[in-house]
Amino acid sequence: MEDLSQYPLELPESDKPMVRFQNVTKRYGALTVLDDLNLDIAEGEMVSIIGPSGSGKTTVLRMLMLERIQGGVIYVDGKPLTHMQQRGRLVQASEKYLRQAREPVGMCFQHFNLFPHMTALQNCMEGPVQVLGMSKKNARERSEELLELVGLIDKKDQHPSRLSGGQQQRVAIARALAMRPKVLLLDEVTSALDPEVIGEVTEVIKGLVSAHNLTIMMVTHQMGFAREISDRVCFFFGGKIEEQGAPADLFDNPQRERTQQFLSAVKSAD
Amino acid sequence: MSYTEFLAEYGPRFLDGLQVTAIQFLLAAVLAVMVSLVMGLGKLSSNPALRWPAVAYIEFFRGSSLLVQLFLLFYVLPLFGLTFDKYVTGFLALGLNLGAYGAELVRGGIQAVPRGQWEAAYSLSMSPAKRMWRIILPQALLNMLPPWGNLIIELLKGTALVALIAVPDLMFEARQINGSTFLSAQSFGTALIMYFVFARFIVTPFMRWLERFMTRKLGRA
Amino acid sequence: MEWNWEFTWEIMPRMLVATGNTLIAAGLGYSIAIVLGLFLALAQRTPISLLTLIVREFVEFIRSTPLVLQIFFVYYVGPQYGIDLSPWVAGMIAIGLHYSAYLSEVYRGGIESVPVGQWEACRSLSLSTSDTYFRIIIPQALPPSVAGMGNYLVGIFKDTPMLSVIGVAELMHAANAIGGQHYRYLEPYTIVGVIFLLISLPSAGVIRVFETWVRRKLGMI
Repeated sequence: MEDLSQYPLELPESDKPMVRFQNVTKRYGALTVLDDLNLDIAEGEMVSIIGPSGSGKTTVLRMLMLERIQGGVIYVDGKPLTHMQQRGRLVQASEKYLRQAREPVGMCFQHFNLFPHMTALQNCMEGPVQVLGMSKKNARERSEELLELVGLIDKKDQHPSRLSGGQQQRVAIARALAMRPKVLLLDEVTSALDPEVIGEVTEVIKGLVSAHNLTIMMVTHQMGFAREISDRVCFFFGGKIEEQGAPADLFDNPQRERTQQFLSAVKSAD
Repeated sequence: MSYTEFLAEYGPRFLDGLQVTAIQFLLAAVLAVMVSLVMGLGKLSSNPALRWPAVAYIEFFRGSSLLVQLFLLFYVLPLFGLTFDKYVTGFLALGLNLGAYGAELVRGGIQAVPRGQWEAAYSLSMSPAKRMWRIILPQALLNMLPPWGNLIIELLKGTALVALIAVPDLMFEARQINGSTFLSAQSFGTALIMYFVFARFIVTPFMRWLERFMTRKLGRA
Repeated sequence: MEWNWEFTWEIMPRMLVATGNTLIAAGLGYSIAIVLGLFLALAQRTPISLLTLIVREFVEFIRSTPLVLQIFFVYYVGPQYGIDLSPWVAGMIAIGLHYSAYLSEVYRGGIESVPVGQWEACRSLSLSTSDTYFRIIIPQALPPSVAGMGNYLVGIFKDTPMLSVIGVAELMHAANAIGGQHYRYLEPYTIVGVIFLLISLPSAGVIRVFETWVRRKLGMI
């Protein structure tokens, strides 16, 4: 068992990033996917995560939302997410605590995962009504605003099966935003899309970055897009951050050999 | 009477019954497999003279109840001069009935073989019979073995109905013992456990083994 | 032996009343099975592994032992311990329990067919476990379950003749009684077979239509 007393119960105001990974380790059985990860993400920051498949980049997002970790602590907005306080000490978070702690985190998936038996509007209203306890009227107003924002207000009464992939992903973004998240996780949101509709989704994401004070972590294969909108890019390799920095630095002047290899391989594939 | 005494006294009769059940089960299973192959292939035939009888057979035996079919065979056929021994009637009804269900599995298994396999066999100029027997059926067999596992258990359970035409199987013995001892929990409970053990520890493991064996034999492992 | 139309018409009213009882028995048994089956399915998804294991084995036990024996067991074991059950009550318990085991498997399959991304989406919205099940997962598990649920409705209907063994006055019971009174088995048993065919043959089509209707109702096509 890991000694949890080395981790603060809460982060102090003076040193409070929106998300902090502190010594985080994630294993599947014998396979270590992330090894002693330390990463801070500031409020309002847009961070892109790139790397070859199997580098653990998607796992970084999934730990915030879907999976438990085997070592270290993750903090969101200064409070521990993976652990909770009990008699002045940190212990493994219960399912109930996890669910609550994850409320400020929203996520969009590669395959959208819209609820197929609900309309676009119902998809957006589900979380606010059922989880936040918002009135249906308020939830509808908010959801309609968000569908307007992603340019799909005229499709609000359509079921997902009637929407194109790009439209489904935009609804999924609206659904995540309806929970008023502080952190938005975008997990390869354009990877399952046909090339001609990728643009409509990236446009929406660009709008989010400029208009909201939202913290975004994005796993992507689109280097051009990452470069255009990120404040910072992290290159993952073998479960560790191999290199990170401002997009111009990382893409134009990579320091590490593996980064150079990866970027040139991606470039030649394009 | 303690349960141990009960078992000491009536155990042999339960075992006699189980033996009859096992024989009925085996004979019915063999019949069901043959019927399902014939009827399943028949239903897929492009020749209406083969297809329609198969469809009628399958619909009749699946549509009316097993117990009804058993009684029709046992009470009604003799009226037309067709008399079978009750043992024969028992596994005949079972095999004919479950064969109809099996035919649908055969049909489904064959249809699940990818189109490309048919085309490949065709491109080698195989005769239709060869194509079916050497290329399609072996693959279909793998597709349908898992549902056959369930069907075989249904067949085992179906054997209990032959007790109703006085075949002295496990079910029949349990009723007799219950009638003479009035120890219903013991009589029927013992039989239930014996059926369960037979299904769970003999039939199901055998079907699993068969699946593994066929998978290996067909090089899909 | 020749078919006697006069006799046929004479016994028809009795057979039709018994058909009503058969349908009631199937309906009641199915209602029990539908609800109980959901509990059996959900109990196997709890994090309590002992409960899961016990329910799993219970379901296996019910599924691999003969229904007719279970009917006897429920009917006769009660009185041994001072609980008298009427044939109807015992029959409904036995057949309802039997089919609840099957339906729990249908539900389980339906739930497992819901893509894992749907669970993840529920998590990403912090939905509670009960909201996740009842608002998101079960509505989606329904359409793929409809066919299986429909098949077992037909299945329970075709198994109701077994209730005759403890004296539930359904079709088979009426046919046995008429046959015994008049020493004519041809007509009553044939009528039973025809009635079963008439009801179960169109059922496959009806189930398909209903399945499409459910999907459309949920906006999934």
